[in-house]
Amino acid sequence: MVAARSLRTSMHAVLGRLSVASLAVLSVAFLATLSTTANAMKIQTVKSPGGIEAWLVEEHAVPMMAMRFAFDGGSSQDPAGKEGVANFVTAMLDEGAGDLKSQDFQERMEDLSMRMNYEEAKDAFYGNFETLTENRDESAKLLKLALTKPRFDDDAVERIRQQLLASLAYAKRDPDKVAQNEWYAVAFAGHPYARPSNGTEETVAKMTGADLEAYRKRVFAKDKLKVVAVGDITPEQFGKLLDEVFGDLPAKADLLPVAKTDPVHGGRQTVVDMDVPQSVAVFGLGAMPRKDPDFMAAFVLNQIIGGGGFASKLMEEVREKRGLAYSVYTYVYPYQHTSIFSGGVATRNDMMGQSLDIIREELQKMANGELSQTDLDNAKSYLIGSYPLRFDTNAKIASQLLGLQMDGFGPEYVDNRNAMVAAVTLDDLKRVAKRLLDTNDLIVTVVGKPALQQAKKG
Amino acid sequence: MLKLGASRLAPYVMAMLMLATAPHSASAEPRATEFKLSNGMEVVVIPDHRAPVVTHMVWYKVGAADEPHGVSGIAHFLEHLMFKSTDKIAVGEFSKIISRLGGQDNAFTGQDVTAYHQRISKDQLKTLMEMEADRMTHLRLTNDEVATERQVIIEERRSRIDNNPTARLDEQMNAALYLSHPYGVPVIGWAHEMAKLSRDDALRFYKRYYAPNNAILVVAGDVTPEEVKRLAEETYGKLPANPEVETRSRPQEPPHIAPRRITLKDPRAGNASFHRYYITPSYVTAKPGDAEALDLLMKILADGSTSRLYRKLVVEDKLAATTGGDYSGASLDSGAISLYAVASNGDLKAVEDDVDAVLNEVRKNGVTELELERAKKALTASYIYSSDNQASLARRYGWSVAIGRTIDQVEDWPAAIVKVTPEDVKRVANEYLDAHSSVTGWLLPEADDSNGAGEQVSQPVVHTRS
Repeated sequence: MVAARSLRTSMHAVLGRLSVASLAVLSVAFLATLSTTANAMKIQTVKSPGGIEAWLVEEHAVPMMAMRFAFDGGSSQDPAGKEGVANFVTAMLDEGAGDLKSQDFQERMEDLSMRMNYEEAKDAFYGNFETLTENRDESAKLLKLALTKPRFDDDAVERIRQQLLASLAYAKRDPDKVAQNEWYAVAFAGHPYARPSNGTEETVAKMTGADLEAYRKRVFAKDKLKVVAVGDITPEQFGKLLDEVFGDLPAKADLLPVAKTDPVHGGRQTVVDMDVPQSVAVFGLGAMPRKDPDFMAAFVLNQIIGGGGFASKLMEEVREKRGLAYSVYTYVYPYQHTSIFSGGVATRNDMMGQSLDIIREELQKMANGELSQTDLDNAKSYLIGSYPLRFDTNAKIASQLLGLQMDGFGPEYVDNRNAMVAAVTLDDLKRVAKRLLDTNDLIVTVVGKPALQQAKKG
Repeated sequence: MLKLGASRLAPYVMAMLMLATAPHSASAEPRATEFKLSNGMEVVVIPDHRAPVVTHMVWYKVGAADEPHGVSGIAHFLEHLMFKSTDKIAVGEFSKIISRLGGQDNAFTGQDVTAYHQRISKDQLKTLMEMEADRMTHLRLTNDEVATERQVIIEERRSRIDNNPTARLDEQMNAALYLSHPYGVPVIGWAHEMAKLSRDDALRFYKRYYAPNNAILVVAGDVTPEEVKRLAEETYGKLPANPEVETRSRPQEPPHIAPRRITLKDPRAGNASFHRYYITPSYVTAKPGDAEALDLLMKILADGSTSRLYRKLVVEDKLAATTGGDYSGASLDSGAISLYAVASNGDLKAVEDDVDAVLNEVRKNGVTELELERAKKALTASYIYSSDNQASLARRYGWSVAIGRTIDQVEDWPAAIVKVTPEDVKRVANEYLDAHSSVTGWLLPEADDSNGAGEQVSQPVVHTRS
């Protein structure tokens, strides 16, 4: 539960030099790794007797398996007025299914040592499933029940509603969350991406079991399903499991059309007043789509700007040289219907203007071509050299591979990825910096009581 | 967005027959190996050959609780400053070199430990070890670097504590929980003391605690103990021991004779919430089996939607939106239990009474066999699941050894969990859920009117200039 997470207390806090949470949400496919790992890791494509396609990495050393799957259409499929329904469903799928009421279902999961959980993103509804080999059949039955016959009992819906409302009440005053939501609201006004994926207090308060079931019926379908398994299971067994779990789902999803979009052009700066000692800013603009020929160069460029932790330019200028912030980062994130280059910084109220000025100047310098062969070489050597780190656990392998499927790539991507990074030239980098980093388009949202008199509007 | 690598999704990789049969059939588990260098540095090696990568960590047996009085935050500040320069490495280059080698690095500080860690392709291990050994004794700092980095930690404090109502309450509750022991001082430091931390403070702390004979090397990954031994002797092994390193000795707690209460009013608090901390023994100080029983007790009481607190407060009485809690036992001088409940409708008195009813019930009647079996299965399962991740393995061993536990104790933990009886759980509930050594915290989403109605007192904002 989100509420539990955000309210968790820490008796013995441990402080990192840079918390993971503040690093960019470098996600999915394009970080996928590769080759020495790939040599050892054989990705099989499996088609079940019932026609469901999936990827499998067999690993029989341990009698367990992990499966990750996704249905297209996450919170962007929330109907208008029902914002937050996908998120609500993620919290309800272990709250009872078939003849098993909430508590029975959860105890059954514990008895099987089975793990199952869900997460929604803007473009997809993700599921994670882990089981011991010896409980595989029983666990698969339970998973199937959750996906095909969730109960959505009134008392369970009410309980989860209270949790989601508590979470929203907390998030409403959390500067990081408010800044993120506001950025999307400004960047994508009028588009489903503008809407808060957790919904609002109004929409969550009104959500019914019928709304949840309607979402499930529209989205959980075989034609929009992607699946990866890693672990102790043969292709034949996996084929059977695919049919058992997913076979009864409808053949076709009934998705609302989502238009292609771009973050608004022309630059925006929004300030949300909040009485906090430190302001939080989110900034960003449109980027190239995942399959654009320039995407990989943009990915490498992001590494140089703010994706590379302590090795990045923004970290150097904002934190290391000036001590203005603990965290400053950027990332490139390709959605299905848009793509963004975005980042964030948190700094004390009276220095926010200066921090944003520095960030703008750095972006402008790169747009003007101030990028060196050394910058490029360093970024490439990190991205290429660190590839095996993305594949060192079963969980990571499954995530990486599912990400590739979501982005429409085949298993061979894993073998080709480093060559694509290596092929980026300094000319590519400069061309893409110019194309990407038009600071006149920068959308900035700030939460706090920032002094922004120095900040230039785009 | 899909968050990759979230711990609750972590899988498994070790032999998990344990789950199905007895949690202590650990034969297929990777066993760690340990040895000592001639200068006193301890080494732990955890082979994991699934991918050609290693996790390298150096743990110092020092943390925030070892800071001199009035110099709070220096352990964590020094951890930041360790990334500045040495005779061989230019300012700020440490992380950049690692990045160019395709590695990732970071560090963290707790009350009892400070650790520096990297993940990298195995063929770069020696370079890493040379760099880490170099900064163990050759750190260079300028006043300017110290002044700039001090601004960074002050911003970090604002991000982690001042901007976060729950963290502000947590800090106040910890300060009230410990009457004398330094665990009551926040790891990041009190703002007014952080503002005065100097280069001399940092170097004094560094010279006193950073030495091979106060450090533990942990390497997990695609290596053998023999390889690590050779590399460690060629790098860390060349450093002289520091005879001045002292055994840690901290002020200990007096008897606790009165429950304490804290109410924090913060308009940004969201729903009103109830929090309770108890001081308990830790895995280091507990009688054999007690810490394990506390882990099981808290699993049954407070972890997840099958827990007693959740069943009672959320499902049955509908007073809370959510509940939680855990036992933190991995510390040197004492452990702690924490519990919380987020109110549905703001009635914290009713929430608190209900929590106490649950606690009283377990004190009076203990737990059932079935509950205990489920809890054991869940804890041993998460031990195994987290073993999939080489970095979590390295952390598990490093943390334990740094507070004086042995690798056998780490590896026998699932077996020790299995041995706990319902009577043990009932006994520790009665012994350690003791109101006298507790703090109760209420977090209220209201303007702070502690000094009287109408007058809103501003929050403790830190104004620091350098």
